[in-house]
This record gives sequence, C-alpha cells and structure tokens, in this order.
Amino acid sequence: MSTPSGSRDWPRVQLHVVTGKGGTGKSTVAAALALGLASQGQCVLLCEVEGRQGIARMFDVDPLPYDETRIATGLVHDGEQPGSVHALNIDPEAALLEYLAMYYKLGRAGRALDRFGVIEFATTIAPGVRDVLLTGKVFEAVRRNSRNKGARQYDAVVLDAPPTGRITQFLNVSEQVAGLARMGPIKSQADTMMTLFRSPRTAVHLVTICEEMPVQETTDGIAELRAARLPVGGVIINQLRPRDLPPEQLAAARAGTLDRTVIAKDLTRVGVDADDELLDGLLAEAADHAERRALESTQHRLLSDLDTPTYELPRLPGGVDLGALYELAATLKEQGLA
Amino acid sequence: MSSARARPRTHPRVGPLAAHPHGSPALDVDALLDDRETGIIVCCGAGGVGKTTTAAALALRAAERGRRVVVLTIDPARRLAQSMGIEELDNTPRPVVGVSPQGTSSTDQPDDQPDEPGRLDAMMLDMKRTFDEVVEAQASPEKAAQILANPFYIALSSSFAGTQEYMAMEKLGQLHRDAKQSGSHDLIVVDTPPSRSALDFLDAPERLSSFLDGRFIKLMLAPARGPARLLSAGFSLVTGALTKVIGGQMLADVQAFVAALDTVFGGFRQRAQQTYALLQARGTAFLVVAAPEPDALREAAYFVERLAGDGMPLAGLIVNRAGTPPSESLSAEAALAAAERLRAEDPDPASTDSASTDSASTDSDSGEDGHADLTAGLLRLHADRARLVSREQQLRDRFSAAHPGVATVVVPALAGDVHDLTGLRRIGALLARE
Repeated sequence: MSTPSGSRDWPRVQLHVVTGKGGTGKSTVAAALALGLASQGQCVLLCEVEGRQGIARMFDVDPLPYDETRIATGLVHDGEQPGSVHALNIDPEAALLEYLAMYYKLGRAGRALDRFGVIEFATTIAPGVRDVLLTGKVFEAVRRNSRNKGARQYDAVVLDAPPTGRITQFLNVSEQVAGLARMGPIKSQADTMMTLFRSPRTAVHLVTICEEMPVQETTDGIAELRAARLPVGGVIINQLRPRDLPPEQLAAARAGTLDRTVIAKDLTRVGVDADDELLDGLLAEAADHAERRALESTQHRLLSDLDTPTYELPRLPGGVDLGALYELAATLKEQGLA
Repeated sequence: MSSARARPRTHPRVGPLAAHPHGSPALDVDALLDDRETGIIVCCGAGGVGKTTTAAALALRAAERGRRVVVLTIDPARRLAQSMGIEELDNTPRPVVGVSPQGTSSTDQPDDQPDEPGRLDAMMLDMKRTFDEVVEAQASPEKAAQILANPFYIALSSSFAGTQEYMAMEKLGQLHRDAKQSGSHDLIVVDTPPSRSALDFLDAPERLSSFLDGRFIKLMLAPARGPARLLSAGFSLVTGALTKVIGGQMLADVQAFVAALDTVFGGFRQRAQQTYALLQARGTAFLVVAAPEPDALREAAYFVERLAGDGMPLAGLIVNRAGTPPSESLSAEAALAAAERLRAEDPDPASTDSASTDSASTDSDSGEDGHADLTAGLLRLHADRARLVSREQQLRDRFSAAHPGVATVVVPALAGDVHDLTGLRRIGALLARE
C-alpha cells in the first residue's frame, strides 16, 4: 500500500465537497467517503442538495426529511468506538424558512411571505438564491453556531454536490449574490461562507471515470475551481476496469498474438471444454478489454498530470449496494482519502 | 384473493409477471427518421447517458437519408462541436460540412422523388441570447432596453436554474416557426439540458406560467397599479419583511423588473403554451435515452410515465453504453471456478496479492507471471463481463416488465468517444441495428 492504513491525506478538512460529471458515480463516492470517515471514528453529516433522495436509496432507508437523520455506523476500527453517518436532504424552501426563523424575528410577516409566493419565488425563480440557500445550510452544518441550539456537532460534512459543470458557480456564493445584494446582511453572510469555502478546511473532490469527456470536464473543472480560488481536493477515478492481465499480455491481446494452444491446454487441464467457440470468445474479449484498457491508460496519464492526488475505485460488475459502499469506503480509507 | 392462486389459471396473466423477459419490441429508428410525419424528435434522459451524441447521430442519419434536419444541442463536448462546426455560440443554425446524403450523387436516385437532398444544420443553444430575443420580440424598443439593463434580469437570464430548460423550449418553438415559414427544414432534433431531473424540461413552461400568474407578481405590481385594497394588509407586512432581509435596493430592482416585464407577460405565457402544445402534437416523437444503470433507468421510467400522462408521444427507449454480451456460453461461476483451480495448481501462488506493492497508485496490472495466469486472467475477465451484462439485462427486464410495449434499442458501449461525423455515423448505424 502506498499509504499505510490510517494515514489520512485530508485530516484538516471539515467540508468535503464531492462533484463529478453525470454518470461517473459522484453520489456513490460521496456516500463511500462519508462511511470511510465514520470508520475513522468521526461523526459525519452527508448532505444531498438535488432532491433526488439518492442517499436514502443507497443506504436503503426511508426517504429523508429536512432533518438530520442517523443512517449508518462506520466500521469498527482498532477496537475504537465507530463513528456514524447522519444524512440531510437539503430542501431550499425549508432552508429559507429555517434561515428566516434563525436570523429574523418575522412572526406573521414570515407566514405572509409564504402566502404571497415570496418563498416559492426565492427558491425557484430568483437567480442564484437557491444555490445560496443550499450552500448556506451546508455552511451552518459545518460551523454550528449558538443560534441553532442543541444541534449536533459534526467532525466532517460530506456534500454530494451538483455536477462538475456547475460546481464553481454553486460554491461561488459571493459572486452569486453580488448582482443582487451589494450590501446588507446577505452580502456579509455570503462573504463569511466564502471564507470557509476558500479555506483549507474545505476540499472539493472530483469524481471521474477514465473516459475522454469526463476527464476533460475534470480538467476544466479544476481550472475553474482554481481560478475562483476554491480548494481542489483529490480526483477519484471511479469504475476502473479489472486489472487481470499484465501489460505484456494486454499488448499481445491487442496484437492478437496470445497463444491459443496454451490457453486451450490450461482450460482442458481444469476440466473446461476448450472448444473453438470458447477460445474465440475469450480471445475476442481479451482484445476488446485490452483496447479499452489502453484508452483508459491514456486518460489515466492525463489525470496523473493534473498535480492533484488521485484515488482509484474499481468497477463493480454486480452494481453498488450497501455492502459495496462499505467495500468502497474501505478502499478510500486505505488510499488515504477518508 | 388467496383462492385465486389455487384455481387453475384460465385467464391470460396480467401485471408484471405477464411480461416476457426481453419482451420489449424493437425500436425501428430508420422508420421513425424516414416518416415524413415526424417533424420533431426530442431526446431526453438523465445526465451523462449520451443524449447529445445520440441527438447528433440521429440528426446526421436522418439528413443522410434525405431529411432536411436541424439539430439543437445544449452543451456538446468541445471536439464534437468542432467537428459539426458549431463551436461558436451564435444561436443560429449553421450547415454541417461533410454530410453525404444517400444516393444524391448516384444515378439510382428515383425520379419520382423531387425533394431537395437531405442536409444538416446544427446549433448550440445560447441561453442569454435567446432570452434577450424573446424580450426584444415582445416589448417596445424602449421597454426592452429597460428590461435588458435591469440587474435582476441580467442575473435571471444567465443563471436561473430553469432558464436553460425554458430557453431550450423557446428555441425549439422558434426553429419550428422558422422551418414552417421558410420550409428550410422538415425535421428538428432537440437535445435537452443536463437537468437535475429529466422532467425539468417539461416543467419549465408550467413553472414560468404559474410564476407569472402567481401572487408574488401581483404583489410586486401593486404599487405600480395604485393602492390595492385587497392586498394592502399583507402587503405592508411582506414588503417590510423583504426590506429587512434583502434590503430596499434589491426589492426596488425586483419591482422595476416585474413592472417592466408586465407588458410582455402575455406574450411569454402564450409562447410557452404554444411550445408545450407543439410537444403534444402529432409529428413530435420523444426518445428517452438511458444507460443500463438503476438511476438512469429510474429517470427513464419517470419520463415514460410522465409522457403518457401528458399525452406526449413516446417513440421509444435508447439504452446507451451497454456491455457486449459474451459470445461463449461459459457461465461466470464456471469461469471463476476454473480460474480458481488454475490458481490453486500454480506452484507460486503467493506472489500475487501480498507482494504486489503500490497496486493502488500504479497503472499496471497485478504482477502475475506465468502462463496459467494468462488463462486465469482471461477467465476472470470473462466472468466480469458475464456478470456485468447479466446485471444490465436484469435492469432492462425490470424496466420492460413495468413498462411493456416501450420500443427499445440497445447500443453497445464504444471503446472511445465520438468526436467526428464518422463516429456519429457509426452510432447511427448501431441505433438502426445495422
């Protein structure tokens, strides 16, 4: 192992933002990261902001309310008390009402806002406000203050964030409100949030698969994050193909020079009927696999050149269930992300 | 109903159990593209399933089969956009170079077909520009200038979470009107925005309408229309609260924006409704694009149900990025067992797991040597593929059991990305099962 088990690359990070192109498995990675951190004994909050109820499905629990709910326990580690994963489905309307209740004593006026469609306007139509409400709640969870009495304190918050193409805009709350609020409480609150998001206590991790478009988007995403002075964390390379053949055999498989008779002999020896259909099939699969592995390696090299730590997760042919999440969590922990 | 189980079954079985595995009918893409009645094809589905590529491939294939096509893409990959000549965002369809319509140059062109040869124009959606054009078309020049300069409008037109969906709809409506007037195109292929949910695209006009009809707008317009007695009680409460939270300046911006837009609201709503009706009309075909993954298929299922509920014509389901089924019949379990036996007889089996260092961060395969390992490796690869394909098959079976009758085509995952017309042609051929 490159990193001894237990050594962690991001010990100071309190807010892990996990983004990635659609279809790369960012929600899976966010969940596995939360479990991995819980397996270090941490108390973790896993947040989702897109209203998909993806966390509930992954952890096989009832749909999440706008309320922090305990959903899983970390693996026992060195006989220490395991940590836990809590989850929160951040709904912008509920976040706005909570924000108003926390910061403004509006009373009847607060209810009137709802009745006159102001809440709906703010959360669905008003530009940028939705994002600010979502990030605002995340910020509140990371930096619990005296206004939220009795709330649980977390060691780490993992955010299953919007996709790579939108992540910089999403986190760049100062920019978002700049066009709307040039001064006043909203402006200063956005600036405080920005200070946390730009600090070393935040890390934005990017999930990708080893294909051209997602890798390109990851590269672009990192450049945008850096331009906005947001801290780039690690790149998680997800769904890597199996590594069952060494390079020289991959090369031979591509060239079509694998020794058919040797393979036939091996198969016959262990009682498999090595007919032409099977041999043709295995060799064709090997050639196809080798071609895809070569493309994977090309993209992998591009990712290695990015000057960010990389982490690797295998493609799971059986899909991702709760058991698989624990396995992925262990892998991330071994590699030092969690 | 427990007695029903004991009785011999005399009725045909209904419900999910009635569906055969692999029971979906095949989607005939060429028939859809060749049908002159098909005027609009909308590709929708979750993000990351290859919607844009699918839309471009369908458009190219239709053009090369003689249709006059325009394809509206939302956010194509850079190299694909370059190959289609649309890397410039100018919100206008541009001809794609390199399209070779079937038969137009050859002599076997039937004489009884006087149509123009097929061609393909492509464009990329410019959200802000489209919004500006709507405003300019609906308002007087002075009013339009006032709206375009409003800070609230500037933010709304470039970042509102639903603007892209609404503008994609708007642009589709425009393209349709232009094509009808000038006869320039007879098929429009639309890619949909990478939304949080595939349904956002359909909901955009409704959301806009309900916002425009909402009490919020009335509230904002109240001062402009003089004291509204009915509102006044709540009004001062609400404006007071708003001023406290967002400040008077922002409230004034919003009010100015709403007041300026008031005159163009009617036009906005009417256009949104027209486009929605267009989607329900004959000649529109929805293709739901998915990948063989639970999330993507769940989105696809929502979409299929929603389309049925709204009376919108579903043409079929495209399952992209599917694993290729192995040609040989050896099961995954048998392959793994055989690989295990080979491993067991390996004289030096310990060399693999424990000694391989840094397996996480190097890009090489595990350091197995010897030839029995080659065979074992091939068997494991085979098992991996067989399990992947069988899981995908199971997911698709479940989909077709719940949604029987949805015509489906499965497109195998290509090794590399598509970024030229040759690649698009290849996808087109796979879509048509050539």
